[in-house]
Amino acid sequence: MTAPLLRARGLALAFGGVRAADGVDLDIAEGEILAIIGPNGAGKTTFINMATGYLRPQSGRILFGGDDITGLAPRAIVRRGIARSFQIPQLFSEQTVIENVALKVAARRGFWRAFTPLLDSATAGEAMRLLERFGLAALATARASELNEGARKLTDVAMAMALEPKLLLMDEPTSGVASAEKFAIMDTLVAALRARGTTAVFVEHDMEVVERYADRVAVWSQGRILASGPPGDILADPAVLREVIGVERAHAGA
Amino acid sequence: MVAVGLTLIFGVLRVLNVAHGSFFAIGAYTAASLGAAIGAAGLAPALALPALLVASAVVGALLGPLVERLLLARIYDKEQVLQLLVTFALFMILEDVQKLLWGVQPIFQDAPVRSLGQVAVGDIVYTAYQLYLLPGLALAVLIGLMWFLRRTLTGRLIVAVTEDREAAIALGINADRVYLVTFTFGVALAALGGALASPTTSLVPGIGVNMIVLSFAVVATAGLGQIEGAALTALLIGLGRSVAVYFAPEFEVVIPYLIMVAVLLVRPHGLFGRPQLRRV
Amino acid sequence: MAVGVRLAAVGGAVGVLAAAALAPWLKFVLTVALAKGLAVMGILLLLRAGQVSFGHALYMAIGAYTVAFLRPAVSELLVLVGAAAAVALSVGVAIGLFVARYRDIFFGMLNLAFSMVFHSLLEKLYAITKGTDGIRVLRPTIAGLALDRVPYEWTVLGFSLAAALGLGWLAARFLLSPVGQALAAIKTRETRLEFAGLSARNVLLVAYAASAALGGLAGGLVACTTLHVTPHLAYWTQSGELVFIAILGGGGSIVGPYLGAIVYELVRVYAAAALPDAWQMVLGAVLLGIILFASRGLWGLYEDLLVRRRARA
Repeated sequence: MTAPLLRARGLALAFGGVRAADGVDLDIAEGEILAIIGPNGAGKTTFINMATGYLRPQSGRILFGGDDITGLAPRAIVRRGIARSFQIPQLFSEQTVIENVALKVAARRGFWRAFTPLLDSATAGEAMRLLERFGLAALATARASELNEGARKLTDVAMAMALEPKLLLMDEPTSGVASAEKFAIMDTLVAALRARGTTAVFVEHDMEVVERYADRVAVWSQGRILASGPPGDILADPAVLREVIGVERAHAGA
Repeated sequence: MVAVGLTLIFGVLRVLNVAHGSFFAIGAYTAASLGAAIGAAGLAPALALPALLVASAVVGALLGPLVERLLLARIYDKEQVLQLLVTFALFMILEDVQKLLWGVQPIFQDAPVRSLGQVAVGDIVYTAYQLYLLPGLALAVLIGLMWFLRRTLTGRLIVAVTEDREAAIALGINADRVYLVTFTFGVALAALGGALASPTTSLVPGIGVNMIVLSFAVVATAGLGQIEGAALTALLIGLGRSVAVYFAPEFEVVIPYLIMVAVLLVRPHGLFGRPQLRRV
Repeated sequence: MAVGVRLAAVGGAVGVLAAAALAPWLKFVLTVALAKGLAVMGILLLLRAGQVSFGHALYMAIGAYTVAFLRPAVSELLVLVGAAAAVALSVGVAIGLFVARYRDIFFGMLNLAFSMVFHSLLEKLYAITKGTDGIRVLRPTIAGLALDRVPYEWTVLGFSLAAALGLGWLAARFLLSPVGQALAAIKTRETRLEFAGLSARNVLLVAYAASAALGGLAGGLVACTTLHVTPHLAYWTQSGELVFIAILGGGGSIVGPYLGAIVYELVRVYAAAALPDAWQMVLGAVLLGIILFASRGLWGLYEDLLVRRRARA
């Protein structure tokens, strides 16, 4: 069996009295698409924050490709090949959509040049292709602050993809997107991921999306992983149904 | 004390008031004027002491609300840069207002100091003012402030808004009123600091600048928003300066900044500060 | 680069030369204004990242004093001014390594602190700096020639204009480059920049170092124009002036700093003579007015004018 791309062991983090992570053990295999589900406050975003260096776990370790990345700064972790998108889109609000994506493209390669424009033909071309893939091409010159929530979400994900990461962590990539478009977006996203062999993890509340796109599902509850396995098994498991999906059904319609 | 006022304002309003130094200077000048007026009226010099307190109260009560309502209220939701610039502009205006009202010649009004006499400790002669009154009053004010912040309702409201503004508003606390009160307090503290310092030094245009840079150094060293820490740090820095005066007088002015840089190199958020984590 | 900017730059240059030809006593004021414009361009770079330094007079003073100290040994204008920029750049990098970790008020005030310390040193170390008397600078030579006053002043004006145009063009390109664009990202979403694998500190450091070099160049030019350097160059009011000009001119375009500087210097020379003690108050009030009502400065007003004219056409 090949070594997992990401391995988390015994992660624990508490904020005051709240145990956001209470002994998280998780292996993520290379090339797989893992969905993380669970009620709000279960610690899903906290896990992503720890894996990307934004938060430091109080105990436990995270290994990426065999290297210990626990407690490293976000910059170092990004350089190693992990990228993320955010629950609340984090865009450079005064700049245009294409500038936002182009900055990430440039960050990946060729950033430190001072007198040639950011949007030179190579960078602009690559950014544009990415925008097209996400259906954002028409909005390329719109200011990030003027977009609707769905477009902001997509730009956020596109920005993360621009880094061509080995592992992509997405925090609710389709929330805020109109239901009719969710599948179209996920189709494109997953196709792009599969084409590059990018490993992906996404936090999701919509069980249909989970069922359709995830290779594996991990269920979070109160800072720990309750269960993990293929979507078919997990979504039928009575414990999961009771603990999580009973609560989930209330959210999925939102 | 000035530094504490500054921290108070920043902690609650999140506006670093560059003009704070001006309030200090104005407090100082006002106190001097009052003192001179008392002297000229032939009243007992001992009355000059309470005059100091009155001066600062007046300055605080008048300028505080005025500035807050007219200026600050407009810029709360603007970018940090703009807020900084607005208080900076205010500072420039007040510096000239000082010059207009009190002129450019140095003013020296030390009646309150003289009226208390001197005290000898070892071979060093201090004025009773320096040794007892100033520290005593400062301590009293600070203890009073701490009691106020911890025990009274208004005080607790201020602390609540400092710790978590959004939560406080969600709980129905009238943020506007808290801001007004806090700012006025902060200004009064600065003016009090100025008033208390005025009898010990000659007043010239420019004491405001020195004060704002110095108090900022204190606030930065202590950590933004740390009210008690600011008081402690001010003390530490004051001690540092006294030591420097003893050993290397030319560099006495530089000491606070050296201390600030040294502290920030080791602890970027200040001695007592806590880093503010943004939620993503 | 926008057509409006190019036109304004060329028009401005022609205007400056014409004014200097028509009113010879303006050469001095215009040269100083252009020099300050250079320094203010540095402030502009930092403003793009949402940061304002209240202590950039430090670099102008460093530049000026470098010229003053070197003059006895070196007489060539270009060398002197180049050295001024180089020394200021080195100091800027050293201080920047520390200061670029901070934001907002910390950034502003740390810079102020450094400049005031330097000011104290300049005043107190009389043996080296001649204190508040200052140091006289002998007129530098141009390509080896010792010119008379009038041709010299023309040369310095010409050089300042060339520097303003050349460095302005360079700065405009810089702002369009990835590093320059990242400055705006620091202002809006610094964390995301870190999540792109970039060091915000380093990006800001580049801008800071550039602004220090620009300040040093400006200080050197001022020294070569006024031929006298004093500690006052490092005083906080000088830093405040730079910030004021930045806001007056407007942060939207590279032309802003120069527009602001020229207007400011002209008004200052004539109005300050009339109101010596109320000067700062007026400045502060105008600054407030601009921030509250015309936040894009003079250049912003000019842009609005253009838009309105085009709409009517």
